[in-house]
Amino acid sequence: MSTATATEARTYPAYSRNLAARLLLNREAAVIVGLVAVYLYAMGNVPFFDGPLTIFNLSKEYAPILLMALPMTLIIITGEIDLSVASTLGASAAITGVLVVEHDLSLPLAALVAILVGALLGALNGFFVAYVGLPSLAVTIGSLALYRGLAEGLIQDKRISGFPEGWQDWPTERIGTSQYPNILIPIAVLVVLFALLLHFTSFGRGVFEIGLSDEAAHFSGVNVARTKLVLFTLSGAVAAFAGVYVALKSNSVATDTGNGFELKVIAGVLLGGVSIFGGRGALHGVVAGVLLIAVLNSALQLDGQGSEVIQIIIGLLLVGSVIASNFLPRIRALIPRRAAASTTAPQTPATGDETRKVSQ
Amino acid sequence: MTTATGTEGRTAPTLELRSVAKSFGAVAALRSGTLEVAPGSIHALVGENGAGKSTLVKIVAGVHRRDSGVFRLLGEDVDFGSTADSKSAGVAVIYQEPTLFPDLSVAENIFMGRHPLGRGRRIDRTRMYDESNALFARLGVTIDPRRVANGLSIADQQLIEIAKAISLDAKLLVMDEPTAALSGNEVARLFAVARSLRDEGRALVFISHRFDEVFDLCDTVTVMRDGAYVSTHLVAETTEAEIVSRMVGREVAELFPKTPAAIGDVVLDIQGLGSTGEFHDISFQVRAGEIVGLAGLVGAGRSEIARAVFGVDGYDEGRVTLHGKAVPKKQPRAAIRAGMAFVPEDRRQQGLVIEGSVARNIASVIRGGLAKGGLLTAAAENKASAPWASRLQVKTSALDMRAATMSGGNQQKVVIAKWLATDPKLLIIDEPTRGIDVGTKAEVHRLLSDLAGQGLAILMISSELPEVLGMADRVLVVCEGRLTADIAREDATPENVMAAATRSAPTAPPTKEPVS
Amino acid sequence: MSTATLHPSQESAATRVVQTLLRSRELAIVIVLALILVVATTRRSSFVFSADGWRDTLLAPSILLLLAVGQMVVVVTRNVDLSVGSTLGITAYATGKIFVSNPETSVLVVFAAGLALGAVVGALNGLLVTVFKVPALVITLGTMYVLRGALTHEVGSDRMTAGDYPAHFEKLGNQQVLTIPVLTIIALVVVALVGYYLHTARGGRELYAIGSDPDAADLYGLPSGRRVLGAFVLCGALAGLAGVFSAARYATAFSGTGSGIELQAVAAVVIGGVAIFGGSGTVWGAAIGAFLLVTINRALPILGISEFWQGAVVGALIIGSIVLDRVLSIRRTHKLVEARDHA
Repeated sequence: MSTATATEARTYPAYSRNLAARLLLNREAAVIVGLVAVYLYAMGNVPFFDGPLTIFNLSKEYAPILLMALPMTLIIITGEIDLSVASTLGASAAITGVLVVEHDLSLPLAALVAILVGALLGALNGFFVAYVGLPSLAVTIGSLALYRGLAEGLIQDKRISGFPEGWQDWPTERIGTSQYPNILIPIAVLVVLFALLLHFTSFGRGVFEIGLSDEAAHFSGVNVARTKLVLFTLSGAVAAFAGVYVALKSNSVATDTGNGFELKVIAGVLLGGVSIFGGRGALHGVVAGVLLIAVLNSALQLDGQGSEVIQIIIGLLLVGSVIASNFLPRIRALIPRRAAASTTAPQTPATGDETRKVSQ
Repeated sequence: MTTATGTEGRTAPTLELRSVAKSFGAVAALRSGTLEVAPGSIHALVGENGAGKSTLVKIVAGVHRRDSGVFRLLGEDVDFGSTADSKSAGVAVIYQEPTLFPDLSVAENIFMGRHPLGRGRRIDRTRMYDESNALFARLGVTIDPRRVANGLSIADQQLIEIAKAISLDAKLLVMDEPTAALSGNEVARLFAVARSLRDEGRALVFISHRFDEVFDLCDTVTVMRDGAYVSTHLVAETTEAEIVSRMVGREVAELFPKTPAAIGDVVLDIQGLGSTGEFHDISFQVRAGEIVGLAGLVGAGRSEIARAVFGVDGYDEGRVTLHGKAVPKKQPRAAIRAGMAFVPEDRRQQGLVIEGSVARNIASVIRGGLAKGGLLTAAAENKASAPWASRLQVKTSALDMRAATMSGGNQQKVVIAKWLATDPKLLIIDEPTRGIDVGTKAEVHRLLSDLAGQGLAILMISSELPEVLGMADRVLVVCEGRLTADIAREDATPENVMAAATRSAPTAPPTKEPVS
Repeated sequence: MSTATLHPSQESAATRVVQTLLRSRELAIVIVLALILVVATTRRSSFVFSADGWRDTLLAPSILLLLAVGQMVVVVTRNVDLSVGSTLGITAYATGKIFVSNPETSVLVVFAAGLALGAVVGALNGLLVTVFKVPALVITLGTMYVLRGALTHEVGSDRMTAGDYPAHFEKLGNQQVLTIPVLTIIALVVVALVGYYLHTARGGRELYAIGSDPDAADLYGLPSGRRVLGAFVLCGALAGLAGVFSAARYATAFSGTGSGIELQAVAAVVIGGVAIFGGSGTVWGAAIGAFLLVTINRALPILGISEFWQGAVVGALIIGSIVLDRVLSIRRTHKLVEARDHA
């Protein structure tokens, strides 16, 4: 019990664990190790995985997933979810296709319109969640259907193709003579921007606080509603950007463009160590999580497995990562508690804490 | 088996706890709880906030499992893993905070899981409503059993909890501060019911801070302090003074060291504040160097007023000005910028991001100013929060420890540090010492006194009458959402404050304890 | 029991029933449903008043009815099951498999097999949700993909066609009793049974309590885990039955059967006034929601809206319904609080 009467200044160490422990003993590090392990295994054992096209194709295919995972990370950290991203992507691809191919609009202009519409669709989700107070799960199940419906209504049973030469190829051309497509440039920029936003701004601190306790965040002056609106708007805009990319990459748009992508996005985010209950996660973990799925996908494909096997594995990874993030800490939390139960003397807050912290 | 015989009764006691302990992580909520309740008696359990009473109740209820110690019911060793276990063993508990199902009817809230059944095992609703009405009639209140629980006042919710517990036909009935939100009449009816249950040979445990209630109703009283058993007395053979000194373990006067400070200009000015269903026509001022105490029963609207002033909730009429400038409504950010700080009542949910680190919690309001070029680093947060942690003597091994692992007193210091770091002009503090050990309590009181001495205006809400009387320069009393008294320090007595708070016969202080 | 309070409650019983009915959310949807039927029928009388139109009006919603009822029971406990579409696909295909191996199999056996298979899937979901205490949304999103993947893996590009199902089974899909399709009758019986259980059994009421406040339910000592597991098993079993219905009605099944129908099930529930955060709503509401949804989709072309906008209509209805419920609930709470003020 504290009966401090002394008033001399105390000093506090900043961290309870040393640098190595902080860097290595966490979910993000585990995912990165997993990614490296799977990559090395595939390099050694999967035929053609070490070929020049693997990284190129993998980047091309998973670029939209990685893009959408960035704002999704922030949204899930606040404890919300956006199930409508793949539909927004589809709507944006449809808008781009219709404007460019059927109305001869220039691509940059059409892309701008599509991204603005995407931002608007995201803002609509955000408005319902943040200002009307509806659960994001219900709202975005609705907009998942609604935005996909917009794409279906726009292009109906047609398949739009025939984007103008030049623009169409840019995203999938290589950077110089490397194995990497151009789309990785905007992705790299966005990854850095989102990492800074989440981990190095006051806004980002607010995102974590909302996820841990939105009431406490509200009481310390965080504008909870506006933060959520901003995040959903960003999610819509980035999904729309991904939609433009997908339209150009495949040079065609149909009603099912991007169908089911939301699963891969959410699986990547959760696999990357973000808690579905909000409040914890890191962007580098999410990047590793998405890449892990991408590498698995590509290795299985080269190994001759069909897309349904990949679907099964991603589904299992999703379920497994949620269970792991919620269940394992609880099991580990039992260990120090049992130890505490055997001692009758009250513990000072300093001991015991370390073990609990590590078990997080 | 009809009257209390104290702890040496010949029959097996209904409830027997010996040296029961319970820790949450590093925090020992209960170190050595001992309690023996004889059948046919009403046993009071008293102690200050944080003494471990609620934890003890939750162990009996099966919410928590004890770490060690003896727990017997009717002479048999028991170990409840869930509330269902305790219920089927004949234990009924009325918790401090009503926990109703908001979407369901009042009657279903009483009979959930054990609805009266008719033919074909189908629920007999008519009988359910009739039995509800009968229970309410016994308690002397009228609540429509058909309406949904959503929107009921705290007092009505508490009455439903009581009806539910009585209907369980339990051998042991535990009441954790059931009267905190009730009016005089309702309390009288509750006591009549409690006595009739005692006369039927049941055992009752009654937790209250109102000594007149303890002496009026109970046969035996057990005192707890700092998570441990202190003593047990027959009510007929003890005095209020003896109980208080055992609870506190020191003289009361020592606890409240408010020193006189120069009272300055008006800092906070509230005119005609009103919010539908919460409070009406609230006007008062708080001056620099002044501590204004806001007293009243739980649920009277004190916290709601504070929340509206700070802007976490809206209000329908009136205005709030700080240093002569209007403060926009429903914008905590604007209130903070204007110079307000708010230490809310619920530390774990509102005051702190309980899973967040000490450093991030302390820096959480000022961090916008810590960013360089828009970028904020953990190093900057640590650097800014360390001096405040030191000034308030926060006990933690490192700045990245989660607040959840700390004791209540240390958590409260973190909340206060967070707000002092903003250099506020007005500090609103709701239940400043709830759930805090005695030593830290004195520290907090000394701190508030010092801050007032430095010219800070303080609006303090407290359910502990000694705290209000000891700390406040002026006591405002709220009853049913309206200000009913404004009493200067020298005129304030427990009797006139309580009279204004209940608009009825004066009673002793009502207090409330956190769910720990 | 005291008799003083007995009288007033019995006298007003009839008036109270009428009042509850008039104020109910279900009545609002019935009116919307009726309006759509009237408008569509005035435009094209065969929409209802023809042998085919009448049959389709009743038959088309039967599959979604089953799914909506199951989904409602899960949603009322503050959970959701997105895997019902995959379950439906699996049992539709499995039904074909059973008939291929033995065309003489009794319809009852097939129904039982569908229910059992679905119940197993539901139990899996329920166990994952209750044992690991993880959000049903993510778990069932995962199992939805795993199951669909497994089905695709098994089926490939194969397809059950009319030839694989025996005639007596296919006939069931279109059979009518007193002009009412048999499948619809079965679905309505399910609606009635589940609705009766939720209204009159302790277990049913406990589902509402758990959804209304899960923490209070634990404090109360309700068997939350068992009840939620039961809700998932029921939901899975009904999705399994819906798969058998789907096979009977369309006489086809492939890897994509039932894909996307989970959204319609959630939509029907939400449109029917069941709170997505649990604790309130009725099976009747969900059933009417399913009827409304299917009827709107059928009526769209007649109302001059391209069928390609169907998805958008479903989405708009979901969002519109939850916004409406939110607004109503805020107004209701406000009224209750105000009433307290004037008391």
